[in-house]
Amino acid sequence: MAETEKKPETETSKETTIKSNEIDPHFKYEISKIPGAEKIKLCFQCGTCTADCPIARFSETYRPRKLMRMTQLGLKERLLSSDVIWLCAACFTCVDHCPQDVEIAGVLRALRNLAVQEGFIPRVFKELGGNVAKTGLAYSIPELRLRKREEQGLPPLPKADLESINKLFKVTGFSKLLEREKE
Amino acid sequence: MPELKYMLFLGCVIPYRIGSYEISARKVLEKLGVELVEMPEFNCCGLPLDPVSHDLMLSLAARNLCLAEQQNLNIITLCPGCAGTLRKVNKTLQEDKKLKEKVNEYLKEIGMEFKGTIKVSHLIQALAGDVGFEKIKETVKRPLNQLKVAEHNGCHVLRPAKYIGFDDPDNPVILKNLIELTGAECLDYMDETECCGAPIVGVNDQIPLQLTREKLDHIKAVGAQALITVCPFCHMMFDINQPRIERTFNEVFGVPVLHYPQLLGLAMGFSPEELALKQLRVDASKILKYI
Repeated sequence: MAETEKKPETETSKETTIKSNEIDPHFKYEISKIPGAEKIKLCFQCGTCTADCPIARFSETYRPRKLMRMTQLGLKERLLSSDVIWLCAACFTCVDHCPQDVEIAGVLRALRNLAVQEGFIPRVFKELGGNVAKTGLAYSIPELRLRKREEQGLPPLPKADLESINKLFKVTGFSKLLEREKE
Repeated sequence: MPELKYMLFLGCVIPYRIGSYEISARKVLEKLGVELVEMPEFNCCGLPLDPVSHDLMLSLAARNLCLAEQQNLNIITLCPGCAGTLRKVNKTLQEDKKLKEKVNEYLKEIGMEFKGTIKVSHLIQALAGDVGFEKIKETVKRPLNQLKVAEHNGCHVLRPAKYIGFDDPDNPVILKNLIELTGAECLDYMDETECCGAPIVGVNDQIPLQLTREKLDHIKAVGAQALITVCPFCHMMFDINQPRIERTFNEVFGVPVLHYPQLLGLAMGFSPEELALKQLRVDASKILKYI
């Protein structure tokens, strides 16, 4: 399970060398202003999060402890452009177990939000966002299912107030981000 | 005793794919004297979009809370994701004045204001907290004494503890107790509280399959005849994806996965048809001989 035991991957040598010009010393202050990431500076690298993480057991790359350290160091570019930050399943085991009360999953979410602002957004979230904007729900429910509800004696699914939902998309600035085309 | 009347927040996954959960939950809640009020309309709880915009999640969640506040009703949900999100946002906005102001600025655009006057519960939180074990026990007409099952809570019913405040996330017993009210035995198994991995399916489908496979393996190892869930997402992993897991790993599990209200409904005397047992992907008819 130790990170050093992993076979060398193509990325490894690049990952282990940190150049000082990659470091943004303000990043930890910037991110600690985001709700959920306030306590990032308190992480003392004990590794409880990685040890208890179900995803880390099956992933070669996802190590929350390492991501916390990278955040403290300010490896902003690397973090925000990385696929790895999208692997947290938000089970919150790390949040409950962190001895320093760092909301690791909250830091991950803050990193993802910042990544989206930089134009990095996995396709699935564009789809989910698009569905909520178009139907109010995260999944677009086929007509057939809606009819089946009635056959089964279930009350009809109400139509969402899309005007209000789209206003919320706009005022929170998410519509703009969703329109941007960059993978 | 609290008034057993809630606004039902259905969420997205249940009407999309998991009708059997809704059908059985409505049946058992009615039997328990719980009145469900339909929402005039609602939107996604916000959770799926938290990774891309925390502010959007907060405002989508707060909008749903406002809809319930307008009718002065507490919310009940069947989905831990919805319950966890609405519960956490409700608590956070009640406690954090600055954040509440910010969210209310957003809500002003749609003529709403979050006040923080209602409560949010997941089905099992309402069953344990409001309905009570005694009342549930009274409705059990056909104890399932021959049945041995295992449970899977679903992360967001329990964690993060500081926001959810329900049961012990490291050693949860409430769902087990609810199961045992039906007369069935609830078995312990390895890594019981571990996540099924469902939330990352859209980004990486292999890790969730491995996680769920491992859980099914542990569940089968202790001799459980069925798995009991209270989450539509987890249910999708364990039930709908079980044949795929069997093909991927070349293993046979054949573990029926019932929603808790289906189990309780059987004990109450409802027929398998009334509880939509046929809608489950993994054949559940083999457990009926124990009933």
